[in-house]
This record gives sequence, structure tokens and C-alpha cells, in this order.
Amino acid sequence: MEIKAPTPQIPPAVWTEFKDLQEWEKLHQTRPEGDRHSALFETLEDGVFNFPGGFIVTTVADAFFNWARKSSVWPVTFGLACCAIEMMATFASRFDVERLGMVPFASPRHSDLMIVSGSVTIKMAPMLKRIYEQMPDPKWAVSMGSCANSGGPFRHGYHVVKGVDRVIPVDVYVPGCPPPPDSLLYGLLKLQDQISHFRKTGRRAAPTEKSD
Amino acid sequence: MLTPEQARGLVKERFGVTASGEGSLLVVEAPADRWLPLGGFARETLGCVYFSFMTAVDWKEQGLEVVARVENLDANFAVFMKTKLGAGETRCASLQPVWRGADWMERECYDMFGIRFEGHPDLRRILLPQDWEGHPLLKSYAVDTPHPPYR
Repeated sequence: MEIKAPTPQIPPAVWTEFKDLQEWEKLHQTRPEGDRHSALFETLEDGVFNFPGGFIVTTVADAFFNWARKSSVWPVTFGLACCAIEMMATFASRFDVERLGMVPFASPRHSDLMIVSGSVTIKMAPMLKRIYEQMPDPKWAVSMGSCANSGGPFRHGYHVVKGVDRVIPVDVYVPGCPPPPDSLLYGLLKLQDQISHFRKTGRRAAPTEKSD
Repeated sequence: MLTPEQARGLVKERFGVTASGEGSLLVVEAPADRWLPLGGFARETLGCVYFSFMTAVDWKEQGLEVVARVENLDANFAVFMKTKLGAGETRCASLQPVWRGADWMERECYDMFGIRFEGHPDLRRILLPQDWEGHPLLKSYAVDTPHPPYR
């Protein structure tokens, strides 16, 4: 049987020299100093804190910084699945997170908060971790919905990460499948409450009854 | 224009099998070594230019079965092609030279079932990461296979 050769030959794409996106990832993953801020500030603050009477200064400064931080939490727009629809609704005018000082921003380099909305697949997990590492400190993560919390209905699938906390540290878990915008809003308010209890620049407070 | 009945006659004449299925659906089962001729016949003679989908069935100890559906959009009938590869066999002829649309479908089939399509120009994983081990839609693949550190 004679078989015709396929006629139009599509030219190879420019990224064909990379076998996979993960190979490309590996080229960029060596960064020994990390993304963290300088340790100078921490030691400076330790010094002031240990100076007699200095704790008043650091406590007041912390209160001020925490107020500033919690009043401008910028979430990176990171939608993975159907939870992202509810997240978009939360960002939009009806629920309006901007009145809480949150500007949904499409760049991890300028964001403080990552809302992981949806199921994280094993293929997506390295990219998620990389985006989280691109965010400057201090940074927070909200796990939105059952899939991100624990794997949800796909927990026993072969390709789903059983909870995003296996990849990045999570501050607030919002339950629901998907959580309605008011649930997410409540979670974000809880996050702001947590942020206001930060102790010493950039460090998380021990769990308290009030905020956790 | 070819009617489904005429197409049935052509299949009977060329391959010696009676196409099952009713109305505008022809279910044709062919042995694995006539898979590529069946594809070429469906495209050139029956005019099925549209490659709808391809998948496989794992019949455990009876081996894998590859199924594909192609459609003649002008005459409005479809041919459902099936072939059994036999126990332990993972090689199959590729339909990529016949339909370009079969390219990614065969890659997915390789990804999920581990069927090696011979003659495919670029047979590698399409959905799962390249370093994945195993083929998850096989019955022998444990559902809760650990994949540290993620699951």
C-alpha cells in the first residue's frame, strides 16, 4: 500500500534543544546565596533588642513594620485549577481584596503572598517551588482548597502532590472544594492577623491561641 | 459519495473481516501486522481524513489493545479501528505517516501505556515529566506508587 508523506513540514521550534522544561530549570537552579535578605539587619536588631531598654524600640518598630506588611500583602496571581476562578472572583470588584491593601500582581519578584489555588501536579511542583523562591522575603503562602491542602479528590491519583506543604511552607489553609470567595477572604484576614504577630523582622511568631 | 454500506463492502473485500457496529460506525478489528495497511486503507480508500482519537486498553494477561477512531467528515461515517498486540507485546506500527494528528496521540499512548510505536519520529513522553518511571494507566501500575518527596 502506498502511503503519502505528510505535506507541510513544520519547522522545529527554538526550544527543541532542551529536552524538557525541567532540564532548562536545572540550568537556573544553582544560586548559592539564595534569595534571602542580608543577615546584617537581623544581627543589628538582635543588638538593639539586647541593649537595656532596647526592646521597646524593637517592639514598636515591629508593630509598625507588621502594620505596614499586613496592609500591603500583594498576592502573586498563581491560578492552577478551578479554585483560581474563585480566587479571581475574590480579586474582582464584588469581594474586592484591594480594600485590604492587596494588589494581585503578575510578578513573583514584587509579591509577598502566593495563593496556591488548585491541585499541584508532580510536573508542576518544581515550577511552583521556583516561583515561591523568586518571591522576596518576607513571604507567605496560602493553600486554597482541598487539592492544595491534601491532594483532595485526586489524592490517590498517580500524579498529584499530596498537599502543597510538601513543596513550600504554608501559613493558612483554606478548606473547601472550591472555597467560596468569602472563605478565601476569611483566610486572608487570618493571614493578616498572623502577620501582625510577627516577631523580629522576617521571623514567624510561635503559634498563639489568638492567631493560629 | 461513499456510503457506510459501501465502506463495509470495501473493508470485507480488502481485509476479509466483517465490520461490526451499526449505522455510520464501522468497527474494524485487524491483526497487529496489518495495522498500518488498515490505517492507509481507511485514509486513502474510505476517505477518513480526520483522526479523532487513539487510546489503548490493558486486558491484563491477554495483552494490550490499541484502538483508534477516524472519521470521514464528508460522507459522515466513522471507522473505529482495533488491534490486539498480544500478551507481553508493546510494539505497534505507527500511524503518524498516515495522519499527522496521530503524532501526539501516539505519544500520549506511549506515555500512559508504554506502547512503542515503530516509525514514530519523536516518541517521548507528552503529559508526564521526562524522568517519570513507569506507565500509569497499565493495570500493573500501583495507584499509590510513592514519588518522593511529593507523594
